[in-house]
Amino acid sequence: MKQLWTIAAIAVVLTACKSTPMNPAKVEDASITRPIAKEQSNANGNASDNINIKTVDIDTTKEAQLDAAELAKRQVFFDYDSDAIREEYKTLIANHAKYLLAHAQTKVVLQGNTDERGTHEYNLALGQRRAVAVKTALNFLGVPDSQIETVSYGEERAKQNCADVACGQPDRRVDIVYAGQ
Amino acid sequence: MIFHFLHDKGALMLNLLRRHGQMIGLTICLLMSGSVQAALEVEINGGAAQMIPVAILPFAEPLNTANKQHLHEVISNDLKNSGLFRIINTSGMPALPTEPSQIRYPEWAALKAQGLSVGDVQVTANGQLKVSVQVMDVLRQTPLLQLNYTVPTSQYRHVAHLIADEIYLKFTGQPGAFATRIAYVTRAGKRFTLQVADADGYNAQTLVASNEPIISPAWSPDGTRMAYVSYEKKKPVVFVQSLYTGERKVVANFKGNNSAPAWSPDGSKLAVVLTYGANSQLYTISLDGQNLQQVTKSNHIDTEPAFSPDGQYIYFTSDRGGRPQIYKVPAAGGSVSRVTFEGGYNVSPRFSPDGRYLTYIRNDGGSFKVAVQELAGGDVKLLSIGAQDESPSFAPNSRTIMYTSRVGGRNTLATVTVDGLVRQRLSEASGDIREPAWGPAQASKNNH
Repeated sequence: MKQLWTIAAIAVVLTACKSTPMNPAKVEDASITRPIAKEQSNANGNASDNINIKTVDIDTTKEAQLDAAELAKRQVFFDYDSDAIREEYKTLIANHAKYLLAHAQTKVVLQGNTDERGTHEYNLALGQRRAVAVKTALNFLGVPDSQIETVSYGEERAKQNCADVACGQPDRRVDIVYAGQ
Repeated sequence: MIFHFLHDKGALMLNLLRRHGQMIGLTICLLMSGSVQAALEVEINGGAAQMIPVAILPFAEPLNTANKQHLHEVISNDLKNSGLFRIINTSGMPALPTEPSQIRYPEWAALKAQGLSVGDVQVTANGQLKVSVQVMDVLRQTPLLQLNYTVPTSQYRHVAHLIADEIYLKFTGQPGAFATRIAYVTRAGKRFTLQVADADGYNAQTLVASNEPIISPAWSPDGTRMAYVSYEKKKPVVFVQSLYTGERKVVANFKGNNSAPAWSPDGSKLAVVLTYGANSQLYTISLDGQNLQQVTKSNHIDTEPAFSPDGQYIYFTSDRGGRPQIYKVPAAGGSVSRVTFEGGYNVSPRFSPDGRYLTYIRNDGGSFKVAVQELAGGDVKLLSIGAQDESPSFAPNSRTIMYTSRVGGRNTLATVTVDGLVRQRLSEASGDIREPAWGPAQASKNNH
């Protein structure tokens, strides 16, 4: 999972470089990210012979369209009792990272949420852990802490009268909220 | 507003009673006057093994004083719901005395009454209530208690609770907790309120109403202020509010979350949980927002602080061992040691004010129950039977624990005695009740 994530990160960084070639910070990011990807590939036993190379297809027109659509997505959902970011949300997070890097004055609040099971304060702490997981992902893509605040609503915005794990799925999420919105 | 009480002697005793077909069921419905028409429903399925039989006779009182329940009814309900008293039914008695000289003791001895209370209510020239009550020892035919109160008419029920506390103390040797108050949060859709009510659920008043979440109410040790967390700034911020002036102050509003306020026993500071950009950690802070000190430093969740009654330690919930368990740390910081070992999930520690017990919530095979642990012996008992019980809070007399229980898809208030013998449920008809906090004994508006 980490490997794919890193590759996605490279794709985003490369895309960022291509669309904004004048930004030296992003070139530096790319050079740092590349060896980590190789190391993780080796650790997982994949591509260790350097034969099975993964293709990163960069089509900037397509990316630009995707960005607009992905940036409109502001919710990252989680599994029960988990703060692991699911594969399907990595592009979404990467697009927000790209936006934040391009808009250094913009601040974002990551609001963690949980379902109703468990106590209020412990759920607040669990929601915080989810918010921190998204923050860490943004940090990894170069977004500084100064642009991010993590807070948690715990179970306070959860659907009421939801007793089982399935109906609580929409509640287990992090909302990405831009300042002033 | 419907109050529903369920008493039983614990699951085992209840099953025994059911098996032997000896279960006593009793339902009383009373219509209350006032702005809201409401019914009180009481169901008794058992009680303590040795209940003290007492007769609480109607007070001689002007018709206009009893706006809701009569004094003797409030006193009787308090004592009965404690599980330690049996209230003698006086409906069949031909003439009820209202002063000691009228008492024919053999009649009451025949009914096995140990105590008998008689009294009267007068309205003074300036419109106050003058309540006088005498409690007699039926066997010895001697006075046990002689009490007089002069209070505003608004404290009609409060006087009854004060009398019940005195009777409870006289017969059990332990202080009662009837004339105390509770705080809790209600949620109805997106409307949250912080309420303060009498310990029996009556006279609820709104302290805060908000369209953003309110959580974690905590009484100051002197009962005059409430700490709580409000999301009115779109993030959890710790406030302290005076009950009587409404003055409110921000105590903790740092980057990230500010939550889980817990008062130090001397009332000088709060333990709070802050996050900045990481996981929840314990801090202490003065009421003026100064003297911030970090108490725990871990990469894990450390939350739900509770000061030990001697102020030396802060007990808290942490997942540092993988699953949430209760730990303790010196209040000034230091080495952390684990407190709970049984069960894979123990959260929300709260002390009994006498320092003898710790109560918390245990996940017992998928259902969340109230547990109580004797701190000296380490003996742990599960006291509640609910599937999703939360937020235990001790009464100031250390005998009863209030918590929330999920019934029919919403949370209601419930109580259980620390010996597990008596459970009650108080349920309101609307709204979702959460996080009850039982106020201190000093909180009562005692002006007799």
